[in-house]
Amino acid sequence: MDNGNLASNNGRSLLVIGGGIAGLTAALEAAEAGCSAIIIEKSPSLGGRAIAFNQYFPKLCPPTCGFEINFRRIKNNPRITVLTQAELEEITGSAGDYEATVKLSPRFVTNSCTVCGACAEACPAERPDGFNYNLSKTKAAYLPHKMAFPAQYVIDRNACKKDCSACVDACRYGAINLEQQVERKKFHVAAVVLATGWAPYDASKITNLGFGCYPNVVTNVLLERMAAVNGPTAGKILRPSDGKEPATVAFVQCAGSRDENHLPYCSSVCCSASLKHSTYIHNLYPDAQVTIFYIDTRTPGFLQDFYAKVATNGHLKMIKGKVGKVEEDPETHDLIVTAEEVLTGTKLTQKFSMVVLAAGIVPQTDGIPLKVARDQFGFAVNGTAGIFAAGCAKRPEEVSATVRDATGAALKALQCAVRSAHHG
Amino acid sequence: MGRKLGVYTCSGCSIGDAIDVERLVSIAEEEYRPAICKAHPFLCGEDGLSVIKTDLAEGRVDSVVIAGCSPRVKTDAFTFDPQIVTERVNLREHVAWSHEPRTEDTQMLAEDYLRMGIVKAQKMEPLEPVSDGISKTILVVGGGVTGISAALEAADADYDVVLVEKEPQLGGSLATVKKYFPTHPPYTDLEETGLPEKIAKVTSHPKVKVYTSTRIVKTEGQPGMFDVTLQNGGDPFVHRAGAIVMATGWKPYDASKLPHLGYGCSPNVVTNDQFEALIGSGPLVRPSDGKPAESVLFIQCAGSRDNNHLPYCSSVCCMATLKQSDFIHQTSPETKVYIVYRDIITPGQYERYFAKVQNHPATFLMKGDVAAVRAQDGRQIQVDVKGTLLGEDITVPADIVVLATGLVPNAADNDAIRDLRDAQAKVQRNESETQRTEAEKIVNRLQPHEGTAILNLNYRQGPDLPILRDGFPNSNFVCFPYETLRTGIYAAGAVRAPMDSAQAEEDALGAAMKAIQSVEMATAGKAVHPRAGDLSYPSFLLQRCTQCKRCTVECPFGSIDEDEKGTPKFNPYRCRRCGVCMGACPERIISFKNYSVDIIASMIKAIEVPDEEEEKLRVLLFMCENDAYPALDVAGMNHVHYDASVRVIPLRCLGSTNIVWIADALSRGIDGVMLMGCKYGEDYQCHFAKGSEIAHRRLENVKETLQRLQLEPERVEVSQVSIDEFEKVPEMINTFMDRIRELGPNPYKGF
Repeated sequence: MDNGNLASNNGRSLLVIGGGIAGLTAALEAAEAGCSAIIIEKSPSLGGRAIAFNQYFPKLCPPTCGFEINFRRIKNNPRITVLTQAELEEITGSAGDYEATVKLSPRFVTNSCTVCGACAEACPAERPDGFNYNLSKTKAAYLPHKMAFPAQYVIDRNACKKDCSACVDACRYGAINLEQQVERKKFHVAAVVLATGWAPYDASKITNLGFGCYPNVVTNVLLERMAAVNGPTAGKILRPSDGKEPATVAFVQCAGSRDENHLPYCSSVCCSASLKHSTYIHNLYPDAQVTIFYIDTRTPGFLQDFYAKVATNGHLKMIKGKVGKVEEDPETHDLIVTAEEVLTGTKLTQKFSMVVLAAGIVPQTDGIPLKVARDQFGFAVNGTAGIFAAGCAKRPEEVSATVRDATGAALKALQCAVRSAHHG
Repeated sequence: MGRKLGVYTCSGCSIGDAIDVERLVSIAEEEYRPAICKAHPFLCGEDGLSVIKTDLAEGRVDSVVIAGCSPRVKTDAFTFDPQIVTERVNLREHVAWSHEPRTEDTQMLAEDYLRMGIVKAQKMEPLEPVSDGISKTILVVGGGVTGISAALEAADADYDVVLVEKEPQLGGSLATVKKYFPTHPPYTDLEETGLPEKIAKVTSHPKVKVYTSTRIVKTEGQPGMFDVTLQNGGDPFVHRAGAIVMATGWKPYDASKLPHLGYGCSPNVVTNDQFEALIGSGPLVRPSDGKPAESVLFIQCAGSRDNNHLPYCSSVCCMATLKQSDFIHQTSPETKVYIVYRDIITPGQYERYFAKVQNHPATFLMKGDVAAVRAQDGRQIQVDVKGTLLGEDITVPADIVVLATGLVPNAADNDAIRDLRDAQAKVQRNESETQRTEAEKIVNRLQPHEGTAILNLNYRQGPDLPILRDGFPNSNFVCFPYETLRTGIYAAGAVRAPMDSAQAEEDALGAAMKAIQSVEMATAGKAVHPRAGDLSYPSFLLQRCTQCKRCTVECPFGSIDEDEKGTPKFNPYRCRRCGVCMGACPERIISFKNYSVDIIASMIKAIEVPDEEEEKLRVLLFMCENDAYPALDVAGMNHVHYDASVRVIPLRCLGSTNIVWIADALSRGIDGVMLMGCKYGEDYQCHFAKGSEIAHRRLENVKETLQRLQLEPERVEVSQVSIDEFEKVPEMINTFMDRIRELGPNPYKGF
């Protein structure tokens, strides 16, 4: 692309750490303005947590719809370099002039892969499927999911059977190389976008809520995968204990969030997410009784319209109250939820067939060899020249705000590239 | 045409097991006589690619048909020079993986797809970037915090900026704010707004030209070449700009509409906006008599989250109230502050500030609804609150009641202004009595919109950004918050969606980025999102135009204007290349070099329709290439089988469907036509906003025509499909085929 303003860019690029919705947005927006971008993603495919959602709120539309467009933008744009299974190992220099060392873990499958799937068919070993939050298994030779980009299989060598080379024999295209080694690459970049995203709070730490002890207590991200047609239960939300359809479901809001003992901030998205989850349940089981226990329902902006729309469902009950404990009836595996109902001041005990914990957002900023300020919760704070955080690495926020944020970070990074081009 | 076509068929990935590739190649050779026709067992491999590249390099071919996997994969491998026309034929996902191997029907399907691909490649023309005279100046409309930020950030990336503010000074709503609520760790301390520094910086920035007391008289042209006429007292003058950031901000909701919350009943009932002026300078006193205020009661959601007023949450009022409460307690720690709320909305790190303020011993949070606000002369105001946490209704006395009124966007209603102008023109033309009376009614109804235009675009489809929701020119997409219906014009800040100043500053960055991107893409002759990078654009064979105006009305992006006679005037840089105009045109005079009515019609013609005796049905399936087509690809990856009588043609958008294709297909004896597009309606998923909806509408008209032709309207079906409905799509195909079987073959077969 011929570009006046950046013609003297001298090949300076942006380094984007993280290939989720924030990272790939930042890379794309900068690249379409004429700046080269390198995305390094530690997992084997792009899309991060968002692509594992069943639907986005408030439109209840599939994330792959937007990712399809974004992946096409990447495919059509030679200014974007995508490196998967890649991590930043070291970075030196300063704004406008960094040298980044990126460690590439072996995929054991080369570019010759045609995505025909013969390797997975032949593979005798299994591994927990991280895309489904380990609710199911894949073969050791696997494609992360059907819409995965890059569309290329990967082999989890830790899961392989000893001395097995079934995949090598099965691949007609010589695309498998079990001897691949770790590689390191150096890049000269003008700026860094930190888009390492979030992880769900470990709900087993909230011991009074029973996650990890009682099978029918699940978290919001697990429910998301259960609801997805390409998920472990092919879109059926079923009780893990017996595979039965749940008749009554309780959502426990602020499971970890707004809690001085866990996450002292609000995770921003869980209210809208649980409202969305109630629509999943009601689409499958129109008569299921859904109860949301909340402190405040936080649906800012237009999300209020979504709340108003969902709340009209007669089978959804909103109770302002904090859940104190979740216990299990050992015979039925039903759950007994005790909550303090704030509006009446009374203690309420109710039985549910399934409980969903609205677990919060934890920033993923640990272990990155990058000098960046962080707040008391680990969220990155902007202020370091040349390094710009975006998305949930910076604050808990929903997809739309993340994209907005990432688009802005792209401009900050672009400014560095322009300046370095002038001075370089 | 002299095109030297190379047809390369891959037999890998079980294509060779499912179909007779040799026969396929010989059909291509016999029927189309391409320059080169080869099969390869692993076309995307090094050896396969070198075969193609050698043929290209040695000039044996100049256009390429790749028959193998879906065009959605192996794009790197099969992307050649942009001058090389390349067409991918999906023999893998749509044939080998989704149909019974080695059957006559599967073979016929592969053969038809190859024919269709070859014909398409023969007709497509190579693309060259067209771009000339693009201005890279960014115009920012609105000099509040959003506009100032957008201007500074774009200028810091080395772009010239023109910043226009209608008031005599910069600063907007933030200028009235004394302190800002915490946005930095530890998120508990009030902050300076930083506005004076920003104003100083933007007014002295060498790349920014600031105009205050200035209005936009008109904006002519298109992205890359907007000619913006400005006026600030004297003679109007013109600036050329490449893209526009609209940062016109917000105004407080009109509190006079809230008499039920006591507004107007006493000078001591004020809005949060007015209250900001009362705090921070000495002890807090009652506006009515200057007596010290011992208690203040805030009513949250005053207008917001209320279907009779503002259905949305204004996003800023909770933090604003907490800040004002904090402010009061800094000077008068004893003053009682009551906050009547439904939900305290302090997302993310803002929660820390809520925790701090609510811990103040004189802050009382009361969940409940205000039933009445009663004022008595010289006495405290009585506020009746019902549904409180204590379960009882209580009355709280307060010296001052603050209504936390929400925000309303400073946007113009594009469609209303357009309709008003159209109606005014009709009145003027005075063509008939009834028409005039009808138009006059519209004029009267829409009169309040007179003079409200902000950007004053000279677009046929209206002078401003279309409103999407509750008065905001927002994006309809979760994943594309800057998607706009007017290419090169991006809303930012509180005019786009309810947000606070900190969010608005970030939003300004994003919108400035999109504006920069739009001028850079225009400079390269490329389309912006969602067909980013596309070099094609439609051309109009105006000699045959009948001035029906369908293209000018239906273009979702307002790309096409009209002259007085109604002849379309196309603006290529506004265009997003969806082809909706091409589908709209009854004269079929709108074409892209690589996408046209003729190209698709030729593909339809290339399908071999078996005779009636063969008892083989043929159904055409037009699919949106963005969502429905990938869904069918995934079905193929899952090896889900469906009826092999169907022939898929991907479209840029279902809205580009020209109904002549359906007529062509049915008159050729094709037994049915399916169309699959994106969801439409309020929460539409169509990437081109209205394309799918328009296609549905057009199809309704087709059905009437069918009935006249004695053909069952059930032979044509249009449906909405999401990209994740990969399980449903094959079922839909099979169900439709069952229906066609029931109806029997097309009676026009063989004619």
